[in-house]
Amino acid sequence: MTVSTSTTSRASRAPAAGGRARALSEVPLPPTAWSRVTRKVFGHRGLAIGLAIGLVCVGLAVLIALFAPLLAPHDPYFQDISNRMVPPVWHDKGSWTHVLGTDKLGRDYLSRLIYGTRISLTIGLVAALISGVIGTTLGVLAGYFGGRVDAFISYIITTRLAMPVVLVALALASLTGGSLTTVIVLLGLLLWDRFAVVSRSVTQQLRDAEYVYAARTLGCSLPYILVREVLPNIAGALIVVITLEMAHAILLEATLSFLGMGVQPPLPSWGLMVAEGKAYMFFQPWVIAIPGVALFVLVLAINLLGDGLRDLNAPGGRH
Amino acid sequence: MPLLDVQDLRVDLPVEAGTLHAVRGIDLSVERGEMLCLVGESGCGKSMTSLALMGLLPRRARLSAGRLDFDGESLTALSERRRGQLRGRRMAMIFQEPMTALNPAYTLGNQLCEAFLRHRLGNRRQARERAIELLERVGISAAAERLAQYPHQLSGGLRQRVMIAMALMCDPDLIIADEPTTALDVTIQAQILRLLRDLQQEMGTAVIFITHDLGVVARIADRVAVMYAGEVIETALTQALYANPSHPYTRGLLSCIPAPGKTPPGSRLQAIPGVVPSLVGEVEGCAFRNRCPLVREGEVDAARCEHTPELRRLTGDHQARCHYAEHRAATRVAQPELSP
Amino acid sequence: MNALSSRGALADQAGAGPDTDIDTMPALELCALSKRYTLGGGLFKRGRALQAVSEVSLAIPRGQVMGLVGESGCGKSTLAKMLLGLATPSAGEVRVDGRPLGDAGQKALARHIQPIFQDPYSSLNPRKRVAAIVELPLRVHGIGTPRERAQRVAETLDLVGLPQRAAAQFPGQLSGGQRQRVAIARALIMRPDIVICDEPTSALDVSVQAQILNLLLDLKQEFGLTYLFISHDLAVVEHLVDRVAVMYLGRIVEEGSRKQIFAAPRHPYTQALLASALTPEPGLGVPDIGLGDVMPDPSNPPSGCAFHPRCPKAQALCRESRPTLTAETTGVSRAACHFASA
Repeated sequence: MTVSTSTTSRASRAPAAGGRARALSEVPLPPTAWSRVTRKVFGHRGLAIGLAIGLVCVGLAVLIALFAPLLAPHDPYFQDISNRMVPPVWHDKGSWTHVLGTDKLGRDYLSRLIYGTRISLTIGLVAALISGVIGTTLGVLAGYFGGRVDAFISYIITTRLAMPVVLVALALASLTGGSLTTVIVLLGLLLWDRFAVVSRSVTQQLRDAEYVYAARTLGCSLPYILVREVLPNIAGALIVVITLEMAHAILLEATLSFLGMGVQPPLPSWGLMVAEGKAYMFFQPWVIAIPGVALFVLVLAINLLGDGLRDLNAPGGRH
Repeated sequence: MPLLDVQDLRVDLPVEAGTLHAVRGIDLSVERGEMLCLVGESGCGKSMTSLALMGLLPRRARLSAGRLDFDGESLTALSERRRGQLRGRRMAMIFQEPMTALNPAYTLGNQLCEAFLRHRLGNRRQARERAIELLERVGISAAAERLAQYPHQLSGGLRQRVMIAMALMCDPDLIIADEPTTALDVTIQAQILRLLRDLQQEMGTAVIFITHDLGVVARIADRVAVMYAGEVIETALTQALYANPSHPYTRGLLSCIPAPGKTPPGSRLQAIPGVVPSLVGEVEGCAFRNRCPLVREGEVDAARCEHTPELRRLTGDHQARCHYAEHRAATRVAQPELSP
Repeated sequence: MNALSSRGALADQAGAGPDTDIDTMPALELCALSKRYTLGGGLFKRGRALQAVSEVSLAIPRGQVMGLVGESGCGKSTLAKMLLGLATPSAGEVRVDGRPLGDAGQKALARHIQPIFQDPYSSLNPRKRVAAIVELPLRVHGIGTPRERAQRVAETLDLVGLPQRAAAQFPGQLSGGQRQRVAIARALIMRPDIVICDEPTSALDVSVQAQILNLLLDLKQEFGLTYLFISHDLAVVEHLVDRVAVMYLGRIVEEGSRKQIFAAPRHPYTQALLASALTPEPGLGVPDIGLGDVMPDPSNPPSGCAFHPRCPKAQALCRESRPTLTAETTGVSRAACHFASA
């Protein structure tokens, strides 16, 4: 009966105000599945461990991308038809010359994987930034002004949400022809929906925060209020979205490349590597397993990083 | 035998910095038909106490008690199932925010009858009749039609009336009301308090009323327990407590609020300087000594306050947790300074 | 620093006569101020109208405290928003020192009127350090060099009783009372004439509330401030104010000096409010104030006197015609009731 529901009644602070203050000072995203798992497994340190794993993996990926020419043992584009489909080193017929073997054109797989990091990270980062700018601008404006502005922007958001991303991206890529730049721009223009939805709902709450009122009464300009008062307080939520969308963009690039409408050969994109390897899937499974695992690890690491950053970033601090 | 007999109740919560001792060994007893007010400021542990008594603590909280008897039966020994049967049937709770305590997806009728049916006190028709009877009793007109309504269709005051009716459905022996009127406007608050007090006396229900408002306490309580930093620091019959507050904290609280006719308008109010000590980790000595005017003005031997005081009996039912409860400054009735 | 003491900014822009005597003028005057909102409208659909504030006229003498009391939804917060420039009045005007605000601009307004909000957990940006929060008004108004501003921030923190180390802290590291002091520092650093206090202590514990009330009184003394003090706590209002206005459903139903209102309330609603204030006097019990608790819907207010459905004295007349606020006479408050007790 009375007991069955919420037990969150709080003591003597003013009722509604207290509740709202708490809602505002915390980023209103629930912990994602992963941070819940890590917390279950490692307790309070789970957060730090998840963050550490994410940080190390993403950091490594960035270093690998930056120093690809130094790290790669071979030229990723050099074809050696006499050495096609050499298996990786742990295989019976593997050798240390080609640690991860070679592909159907005899190109060194490890080198291609290393250079592929550049492509995945570039696409993830730039696409997420473009969509972040578009989505956040729309979302903040809709949330802050409400009324007609909100109705109009919400209409745009709904329209965007109704479009199947992969199909639209495929269609557009086939019109313009696939290339690295096209893929980045396309994904940047398509993946802003989550930024818009999240920033809109957070801004809606912040609009009536008393510190925003205080800034308005002082005569602060609108850009100042949006950039200096509102934006820092939605940053925590946006960081999570950025990482989600980075991972999303990386996966979509792989998908598009796999379908032949993304990055074009001979660029060493991981998605393209999977696509090129699919014919050999049954007899040389490592050809698709290696780029597949690389994709999986990178996407997971980015998500862990996002979770960790979000929690660290929560104001009022965990100290 | 008291209805509820609690001794040395402790609630610990693990937090990142260590262990938060939210409730640090409180003793309470509630007689049948009595209105006991637990009063204190935010973070003093009063809400945790109520949740502990209801068995509704968050899962990570650790509860221990020297004794936790309800009507002669030890609550700590009960199975979760038996405890659940007790809850709702013989103990009910009224929360601060009726909107969050009522489920917006069900009609009032559904929610009112739920416990009654769950505890097999009668059939559907009887439940409905009792619901209508109680809604009328708490001053809700057109009760039969109200049963089909949803919580959002009611105003805050009406919702809190429904909550009271709901708490009374199974004719409980004890109701725990956690700040039930804090979210309401003053005129509504007065009406709800009056209703609660009338019903409590009429039905002989014991009530533990949790609040931070000393005005409310004065008007409705039979007995008062003042809490500070997870402990009961003073308990007495209402009249005695207000006439002769013995703990410096109680005196401080009473002189903080402007009293019409006593505090000259525009004069300085007495405030309690400083902040509540952190309850993370062990708290040694009197928890109030860092804010205590007796210590600050050097009226007493501060070294003694380094030792944790016991809740001592002063006169009759009046107990206080202070080494210097009989200090001459303490025997003065608390009055704000009358200088402008 | 000259901008701080400019009282002429409004006058220049509003073009009011230069000879008005500031000393006899009320510091703040509200003339038939109204605010109507539209609820639930969308891109293509029209919403319902909500009359949040109706024809409120008030005058607050310089250096005095006007208390504004009423229950949630009575329009007192909307009134505060209009005074702060956060909402545009649908009708009527606000005058500061006898000069209409008109479209004097938010910055000019900000130099005269500053707010202290209810919830110190929401009124400070959690991402900014205290020093930046308190300095903001000076920065926005381009006052002083960074050095001078830092100096000024330090002085103001001292004034409101905060230690200097608070400047480098974030609001999350402060207690509720300290946060409210920061909010007060931000309101006062521009040396405004008028401060709108919107329930400044209702989110605080009683022991802290007393500290903040003392501070507000001290500051008023020191700077000759004029307060509009919005609260639902009648004990606090009685302690602090010189005059009281009682609002019900968007209208002032009674207005008078503290003594008039608290000693001899004339409007049945004021009487009920006073009766329901529970002072810490044991043995008195909870009074029966004889009001229904059916709050009327502000978007569909009752006919005639808006209070009649809850009023114990209501008669047929009250349903039909709306009483107007009586004129100020010596010794009695202004009340809007057909049957106001004399």
